[in-house]
Amino acid sequence: MKKFIVSPAPHIHSEFETRKLMRDVLIALTPSLLVSIYFFGFSAIKLVLIGAGACVLVEYLIQKYLLHSKITINDYSAAVTGVLLALNLPPNSPWWLILIGSIVAIGVAKMTFGGLGQNVFNPALVGRVFLLISFPVLMTDWTIPESWFRPGVDAITGPTPLSIVKEGLASGLSMGEIFQQNNFSWGEMLFIKMGGSVGEISALALILGFIYLLIKRVIRPHIPVAIVLTIVVLTSIFHLISPEQFTGPMFNILTGGVLLGSIFMATDYVTSPMNPVGMVIYGVGIGLITVLIRYFGAYPEGISFAILIMNSVVPLINKACKPKRFAKEVK
Amino acid sequence: MSIVLFTIICLSVIGLLLAIILYVVSKKFHVEEDPRIEIVEALLPGANCGGCGFTGCHAFAQSAVESPSLDGHFCPVGGNDTMAKVASALGQEVKVQQKMVAVVRCNGTFDNREKSNYFDGYKSCKVALSLYAGETNCRYGCAGFGDCVEVCAFDAIHVDPKTGIPEVDQDKCTACGACVKACPQSLIELRAAGPKNRRVCVSCRNMDKGALTRKACKVGCIGCGKCAKVCPFGAIKIENNLAYIDFNLCKLCKKCVDECPTGAIEAVNFPIKVPKSATTLETPQTQAPQPKVATPIEQKENNSKE
Amino acid sequence: MLKTFHIGGVHPNDNKITADAPIEVFPILDKVYISMAQHLGAPATPVVAKGDKVKVGDVIGEPAGFISGYVHASVSGTVTAVEPMKDLAGKLVMHVVIAVEGDEWRPEIDRSSDIVRDIKLSKEEILDKIKLSGIVGLGGATFPTHVKLSPPPGKKAEFLILNGAECEPYVTADDRIMREQSEQIFIGGKIMLKALGIERGFVGIEENKKAAIAQMKETGKKYPELEVIILKKKYPQGGEKQLIEAITGRRVPSLGLPIDVGVVVQNVGTALAVYEAIQKNKPLVESVVTVTGQCISQQRNLSLRVGTSFSQILDAIGGIPKDAAKFISGGPMMGKAVSNIDASVLKGTSAFLMLTEEQTKRKEEINCVRCAKCIEACPMGLEPWLLNKLSRARRYDDLEKEKIYDCIECGCCLYTCPSNIPLLDIIRISKAEVTRIMRSRPKK
Repeated sequence: MKKFIVSPAPHIHSEFETRKLMRDVLIALTPSLLVSIYFFGFSAIKLVLIGAGACVLVEYLIQKYLLHSKITINDYSAAVTGVLLALNLPPNSPWWLILIGSIVAIGVAKMTFGGLGQNVFNPALVGRVFLLISFPVLMTDWTIPESWFRPGVDAITGPTPLSIVKEGLASGLSMGEIFQQNNFSWGEMLFIKMGGSVGEISALALILGFIYLLIKRVIRPHIPVAIVLTIVVLTSIFHLISPEQFTGPMFNILTGGVLLGSIFMATDYVTSPMNPVGMVIYGVGIGLITVLIRYFGAYPEGISFAILIMNSVVPLINKACKPKRFAKEVK
Repeated sequence: MSIVLFTIICLSVIGLLLAIILYVVSKKFHVEEDPRIEIVEALLPGANCGGCGFTGCHAFAQSAVESPSLDGHFCPVGGNDTMAKVASALGQEVKVQQKMVAVVRCNGTFDNREKSNYFDGYKSCKVALSLYAGETNCRYGCAGFGDCVEVCAFDAIHVDPKTGIPEVDQDKCTACGACVKACPQSLIELRAAGPKNRRVCVSCRNMDKGALTRKACKVGCIGCGKCAKVCPFGAIKIENNLAYIDFNLCKLCKKCVDECPTGAIEAVNFPIKVPKSATTLETPQTQAPQPKVATPIEQKENNSKE
Repeated sequence: MLKTFHIGGVHPNDNKITADAPIEVFPILDKVYISMAQHLGAPATPVVAKGDKVKVGDVIGEPAGFISGYVHASVSGTVTAVEPMKDLAGKLVMHVVIAVEGDEWRPEIDRSSDIVRDIKLSKEEILDKIKLSGIVGLGGATFPTHVKLSPPPGKKAEFLILNGAECEPYVTADDRIMREQSEQIFIGGKIMLKALGIERGFVGIEENKKAAIAQMKETGKKYPELEVIILKKKYPQGGEKQLIEAITGRRVPSLGLPIDVGVVVQNVGTALAVYEAIQKNKPLVESVVTVTGQCISQQRNLSLRVGTSFSQILDAIGGIPKDAAKFISGGPMMGKAVSNIDASVLKGTSAFLMLTEEQTKRKEEINCVRCAKCIEACPMGLEPWLLNKLSRARRYDDLEKEKIYDCIECGCCLYTCPSNIPLLDIIRISKAEVTRIMRSRPKK
């Protein structure tokens, strides 16, 4: 007789698969990637390829030679980490910078905890913060995007809008003067000329990715929405109190990787809370810490630190916020 | 200068405060404990396996110290040596017990027992058997997913990938009984290890009628009762179509092994017999009651002991 | 606005291939194998012996306890064996084997198709007759109906809900009976209302059964006490607790029963069986079974005699299909996998589903990435990933705190898990363990 399969119910499975979810994150990142390739050209492609390749390679080597465990590089999670890391670096970073970042991200932040699903901190952010602290000059020296298609005009290097404001304020200029001097334009920030890392060049492209993730039901909207709303509310309050000292809400949302961080980094499954209430608490926490660091801290931008800090309290949030139970207590 | 002074004073005050808190807490929550408990616990293996029936080594030590005699206290892991040490530490007597070993009473290997279906759920005997009767037609046999392997604290039991049946490493087995409790089919039994580790055991738990058993497995016990008749010591009982050998009465004469028509009775660790003639083989299709061939390591050790 | 339950749920592809196939009467074959375990609770005690002659409707098994039921002969002929046989899970259960001779029914059974509308019997007589007719819940759990219709002292029913949600993919048995025998279902519902001594009831139907809804609404005009409610298509809409919440907004408490919130839920198939038993004197000897799956060519809805074996059905559709890798009795979400195809159809069997290896084989398990999709899916508001973790560590006291006993084993978590972790397999085992521990505890 033919052998047939027996198993407990259910006998069918949904289309969800971890690999596919990770692949969807990569797809959601493509608009930003295309925009950055358009502006930075070869250096953007180079960074993303090195980042993804290095992360996958490091994971493979560790699993094969150190842990002697099953090789799980085909789940795309290492590739996602690599691409995110690359998108968080300045476009003119040297190749060895992202290599070091990848080794730290996968080797230290992911594999030491036991691989996929076990890490406490977002690997890509650990890699980025490690680089930010170790190589501060390289990491804050951004290229101001100038069209790649106009030959003869070299890319100009300079600081990001956030650090311009920070340094300007430190040197005693007023907010109005800074804005006048640098000629920031909202339209440019929203669509293209947002000075910063590879991935945050265009807010619109990031939002496009966000919509894709929502449609594919890869992430729930709670975390990004909570972060952005918190930042908007807090910065509005500060801005209204003293417009000369604090930048406004639009400026804060569109610069310094808030969108990239809240859509793609803070929503990382492994390091974010699992229940809706917890997600909101987590998002509010990130927004709050980001604003505090930006206004009062030494660093011009703070979302990476904010996410890492909130990562560390996720287990507590998970424990404290339980989903809404169906059944009431037995009386 | 003032900074240095300030630092020193600060740290000293903090240190003093913490010391006071520690002192108060240790006084307040101090638990009086018989000092002998610690001594006994140090003698125990410290695996906390629970094989003695207590929750762990500390509970065992506590009970051993507090009860008037050592009856009912036996550490299966440490064995008689450890118990002798415990007894001398407490100034009490202890009975010498025979060495036990876990025995898997199923020989339904892939060759002996044909699979009729394939289980695709969580690979656990408990899960599979709570759902249905198992991958083969024998509803008493080993499911082979290794619930026993998972609970073994001594790395002494492993499922052989060639047969699908767990094998006990008797040098590592401490007879703690964790696997006995874990097996949902109650296949594992603690049996006397026997002289030179030689044992005779019915490797089957199938209580179905003979015809059904034969259909399900080549080496199942069909409850024919031949072994009980041939046993000179009255060590074999037949109940529910199943033979059981009482290891306290068995004298290892192996008459039952030769008598068994299906080869359900296994003799372990006996020297390999050179077949003189083919008289013992009655039916070619059923497996002859071969003594289990010891692995090279076992053989070597047996030889060295001899 | 369509009504629905509010927490969790999944949307599997409904695959109702047989929705438009009318119920066919399956021919009576040479032998039937009637299991004595047709219901939840203690198996019935056989009261016939080898060689006895039986007619359709003769009692062959009597209840062996409070939660147990009568079993009737589904064919006429000679009893050839009363012995333990393997059921669909390979476990031994007492069966009565009857060799078919003709098709002779007990004289009092009314086999005409006339609809009898008058309910003549009193409340007690109805309950008694339901019990004697061996009626069990046909929604899957096969709980004896007379027990469910007799609320324990101190509890009062307010509503009756007839469950026609049929949220399981593939299965269309209830859909078909609602289309073909809608009036009988309403009369059965009225009988049950009378047995409970209440006035009001609902019929819940999922939106994907348009024809059944139209038919039931049309017939329902004559029966204003039973209101037809259209429900959103979402699994597990037909789960007892979910259905009650969707229709009445009440939530059954932990470890509670529907009667604790004043509701009794019965399947529409049960209502039909009640009608036949009370108005037509016909005990439960037939079962409507959807034979389906993409791997077979003739998907059908069959009206079978209880005790027909799965292999007999397979013979009728042309042998074991080539690609079939798994046989399921019931739907794909909660049905039981069949390991022995010689097992027979029970009263509560609603479908015989065949899936290919590609459709059903579980994929390799990988690490939990804490995507929280299981939390999103769980209709009871539990955290399956956490229950899985705690179960593997055998932390039963923590599992109790996490309310593992609320689990209704609907399978949404395992269905949805992107890492293919066998969540429900593990939760089911520790749920049994936790409830055992809770029961063994002395009551306060």
